Amino acid sequence: MIKFFLMVNKQGQTRLSRYYEHVEINKRTMLEAEIIKNCLSRSKDQCSFIEYKDFKLVYRQYAALFVVVGINETENEMAVYELIHNFVEVLDKYFSRVNV
Amino acid sequence: MSDVVERTLSVLPGLLGQHDPGVGPGGGGGPGRVSATSRLGSLIRSITALTSKHEEEKLIQQELTSLKATVSAPTTTLRLMKECMVRLIYCEMLGYESSFGYIHAIKLAQQGNLLEKRVGYLAVSLFLHENHELLLLLVNTVVKDLQSTNLVEVCMALTIVSQIFPREMIPAVLPLIEDKLQHSKEIIRRKAVQALYKFYLIAPNQVQHIHDKFRKALCDRDAGVMAASLHIYLQMIKENSSGYKDLTGSFVTILKQVVGGKLPIDFNYHSVPAPWLQIQLLRILGLLGKDDPRTSELMYDVLDESLRRAEINHNITYGLKALTYVIQQDPNLALQHQMTIIECLDHPDPIIKRETLELLYRITNGQNVIVIVQKMLDYLKESKEEYAIISLVGKIAELAEKYAPDNEWFIQTMNAVFSVGGDVVHPDIPNNFLRLLAEGFDDRKEDDQLRMYAVQSYLALLEEEDALYPQKFLQVMSWVLGEYSSLVTDVDPEIILTKLHSLLKKTVITSETKMWIMAAVTKIASHASCSKTVDKLIQEFSNSLDTCMRQYAFELKHLCEDKALMRSLLPFDGSCNDMVVDASLSFLDGFVAEGLGRGAAPYKPHHQRQEEKLSQEKALNFEPYGLSFVSSVSSSGVTGRQSPTGLSFGSDTSGNSAETGHKETNTLKLEGVRRLWGKEGYLPKKENKVGKENEPQTVSCGSLLAGQMGDPPALRSDQVANLSEEDKEKQQLASTLFIGLGSNAGVSLMGKADTATQKFKRKSKINETQSSEEASDFQNSAASDFGPLLDTVPINMEDCEGNVRTRLRKASLCSSDIVEDNLAFETPQSLKKSGLDDRLPDSRLSQSSLFADSNIEIFQPSQNAHCESASKTPLVPCLSEELEELTHSEVVELCQSDALALYLCKVWTDDSLLLIVFVSNKTTSALNAVNLVFEEAEHFQILESTTYQFPVIEAQNVERCQKRVWMDKICTQGILSGCINYQSEMETRLEFSITLSLVDFIRPMEMTTEEFGKLWLSLSNDVKQNIKMSSSQDSLSAALSTLQQKLKLHIVDIIGNEGILACQLLPSVPCLLHCRTHSGMLALWFRSPCSALPDGLLYQCQKVMEES
Repeated sequence: MIKFFLMVNKQGQTRLSRYYEHVEINKRTMLEAEIIKNCLSRSKDQCSFIEYKDFKLVYRQYAALFVVVGINETENEMAVYELIHNFVEVLDKYFSRVNV
Repeated sequence: MSDVVERTLSVLPGLLGQHDPGVGPGGGGGPGRVSATSRLGSLIRSITALTSKHEEEKLIQQELTSLKATVSAPTTTLRLMKECMVRLIYCEMLGYESSFGYIHAIKLAQQGNLLEKRVGYLAVSLFLHENHELLLLLVNTVVKDLQSTNLVEVCMALTIVSQIFPREMIPAVLPLIEDKLQHSKEIIRRKAVQALYKFYLIAPNQVQHIHDKFRKALCDRDAGVMAASLHIYLQMIKENSSGYKDLTGSFVTILKQVVGGKLPIDFNYHSVPAPWLQIQLLRILGLLGKDDPRTSELMYDVLDESLRRAEINHNITYGLKALTYVIQQDPNLALQHQMTIIECLDHPDPIIKRETLELLYRITNGQNVIVIVQKMLDYLKESKEEYAIISLVGKIAELAEKYAPDNEWFIQTMNAVFSVGGDVVHPDIPNNFLRLLAEGFDDRKEDDQLRMYAVQSYLALLEEEDALYPQKFLQVMSWVLGEYSSLVTDVDPEIILTKLHSLLKKTVITSETKMWIMAAVTKIASHASCSKTVDKLIQEFSNSLDTCMRQYAFELKHLCEDKALMRSLLPFDGSCNDMVVDASLSFLDGFVAEGLGRGAAPYKPHHQRQEEKLSQEKALNFEPYGLSFVSSVSSSGVTGRQSPTGLSFGSDTSGNSAETGHKETNTLKLEGVRRLWGKEGYLPKKENKVGKENEPQTVSCGSLLAGQMGDPPALRSDQVANLSEEDKEKQQLASTLFIGLGSNAGVSLMGKADTATQKFKRKSKINETQSSEEASDFQNSAASDFGPLLDTVPINMEDCEGNVRTRLRKASLCSSDIVEDNLAFETPQSLKKSGLDDRLPDSRLSQSSLFADSNIEIFQPSQNAHCESASKTPLVPCLSEELEELTHSEVVELCQSDALALYLCKVWTDDSLLLIVFVSNKTTSALNAVNLVFEEAEHFQILESTTYQFPVIEAQNVERCQKRVWMDKICTQGILSGCINYQSEMETRLEFSITLSLVDFIRPMEMTTEEFGKLWLSLSNDVKQNIKMSSSQDSLSAALSTLQQKLKLHIVDIIGNEGILACQLLPSVPCLLHCRTHSGMLALWFRSPCSALPDGLLYQCQKVMEES
């Protein structure tokens, strides 16, 4: 199950967030900050999955933008990894200049 | 003035910018354009331009202030509101709360045109959560939009329902959504399925009746609708895979079509046909095929096909994961990838390292355990993250227990586990470790060596002055030292005592750990002659502010005065001896009986007291206070001051012991515990009393100690017969648990070798929790006998306080009754063996007289009741005359063999469901010793013993036996299975199962309208639902009489279009029902003290209404 969907830039600014489980607003900010810190600390040759607290993060980087999806342990990481790309492709179709 | 200008300005874009609504946030209008989206666009641009968080905050606060003014202004148009809403969403997404806009979002969804409505719904779904109170305001809008003729509105309503919808309002929209499943547009059908999936997740009971329609959705001609229904099926199959085996073929066909590229091209992703749909289907097939070769057979072809077509992706973790799963099937596969695994182990990415360790954990065996555990410990030392530590520590402990090559390694590893894992380790780990030490293996010498080594290593660890150990580790150490330090002969106990003493003085030690240490000191002291340290310790803690410590110190002091008693109380290595705790506190029987005799009020459970208080508050009390009440005050006043028993150390400890005694019932053997007390006060042997008094008190601090306190031999001797069987079982458990530890087990695979032991372990746990659950369930039902509630004399506060103590005792008494009853069924012979049979009748008598006024129902195992009922009858089974008069089912055949035939008849008596089992002997010779045995069922309880023996069944004859059954745990339908065996040439066994429904246990409950009203107010669990009425029962009275006939509900009253009904679940859990008809719908409203009962009854009501 997907818990949340984030788009964060390299400066750590949230560009888009969507939570599928209720999280208090002030906790969201903290969570997002920690998540982006986690993603930024990883190098290119490390894998795209992070075990974080009791859930997993799947992320992909597009230029300066990170797309991060939080999932629980029943979800398939690869499926979500591809889903992110699918999402970005869809965005790209709608608004030609997505990765800027 | 400026206000007016601003308002005008803010309205402007709404008036001008209606064109171009489709531009998204990224595209946006140019700088000169004044459209609705450009306001958002400029906000985003200005935020992006900022460099610091502080500036951003300032800007957004500014924005929010202006938005607040705009949305609350009465002149704001809906169009402008829509524009504001978009910006509010953005602000909140950045983490700035904008709760002032929530209500306007709802209004916008209510009143706007299509586009505004859409934004309103979007805002609501982002702002609110399931339990938000404002959400209720949206329900009417949703209902209206669901009935709209505009497809887009219907779509929006369905979307919001599948995102957030209050659980309790589901009945309001459920029929509408069900209708949408037949809609001509596929998008509507798909969204309806999604909404129902949501309902299934949050309230599965409410959609039980539409399972057939899900099947239609699965076969829908549109792939999207089908895909949506897979979510529901995955969930349902996860919960009960056996119920959907028949659908395997359908899923296989669907997967075949998907893989074969039969779906529209839109479903392709990089030329792979519908990958996510494939994953979903594979998950479902995986669940269906698990442990079921026959079903799996159906899938192999298509799985092969999908594998062949799938492009294998090389993300290393994923590969490892896959390998981990594959290895569970065949460990040799790991060999082919050895080098990869080794590389991964040194990978800089800790995530990959962890996955690798997970893999290694699966392939651990006796030979490689040392290396693998070392790798795990290395990782553990680097890791800071709590979740990782907990899981890894658990794995190490498991491997260490399973494959330890020698004692030294095992103890060292466990030391590492405890010191690194610290206090976050799962409590099972220390418990299992101590149990391992205590229970030991087959070899006595080996055991002692392990224990000695543990003691020596702990002494060495404690030698280091400044070392700090986690509390749990210290607890483990002190237990082991207390228990086994006497094995080590070359160390003076005085030295150990000094060490423990110095630990006690440290400030970092928690009081829980102190209890463990004190227990250890007590045990060591029992072996040593006399010790200065102990004397010092007693002196030091006798006036400690910590009451538990003080109690321990006093206990120790008294015990030290009587060494003989101390030694018998604390025998060496007594931790595995089963002890008997008198959880019924029968030694207080005399005291309680005396109190009651003097007129003290009988015990009432907590919730009953509260309800009485409630009903008291609601209505004036015109009844005079009874006489007994006055005397109860005086007697309870006395009990408050007097210590109840000579040996008790203080009033708070006796309360404590009652509680723990009760709690211990989960872990301790209780067979043979007697529930024997009455007015005359049945007292067990005097010498036992001493032991019993002491046990629960010592137990009270630190539950693990309970296991190690041996009971006095006097008490044990008459239990031996019963225990020997238990012991055997335990030894068996131990030997399966520690297999491979003593003997050098070869490549034994976790997944496989494990299943047997793990299952056993888990099973015993489940049984424990179940029995405790059963006990509490039953306690509730027994306690909620509402007979006295309606006309009882209210008690007042003073009485409550004064009698707390007596109640406490009775509370534990009641619960222990139940525990004992359960146990009695499990081991019926234990009662007989202990020679208590002859005493039972008179204890029963005294009990019933004792409880006569309190109406607490007690049932006893009446051994002789069914013996008489067996009588000879001709080959055709038929009921006896007195049973014939009661309502009963047809006699149906249960099972047959060449020799025997079993028939069943259900008789619905007032107080139970009577199962009459007929056994007919078809042969021409008599059958001897025919045994009928019912299995323990999760949901049902057989009131007498679960077995029955027919000594002889004559040729061509029918014998019968009857069993009274109650429903213990509520379910709509359950199965009671059993078997019959007899001796012909060889032992022959015949199995059968009986399906019992909730309705079998529902009885009408007679009451007046007034009583109904009172009871209704006092009940808290309620469930409401609307159901459609068929044309045949269009009037209320017709519908109610259906319920009366089919479900045995009692119609209390019918007024206009409302009716009230009452029933009870045996033995005495009431459930009240309020019905109202409006426009072809029947609104049902249930209330009951038991939360599961209304749901169960609702289901039955829906069923009978649909059937008729």
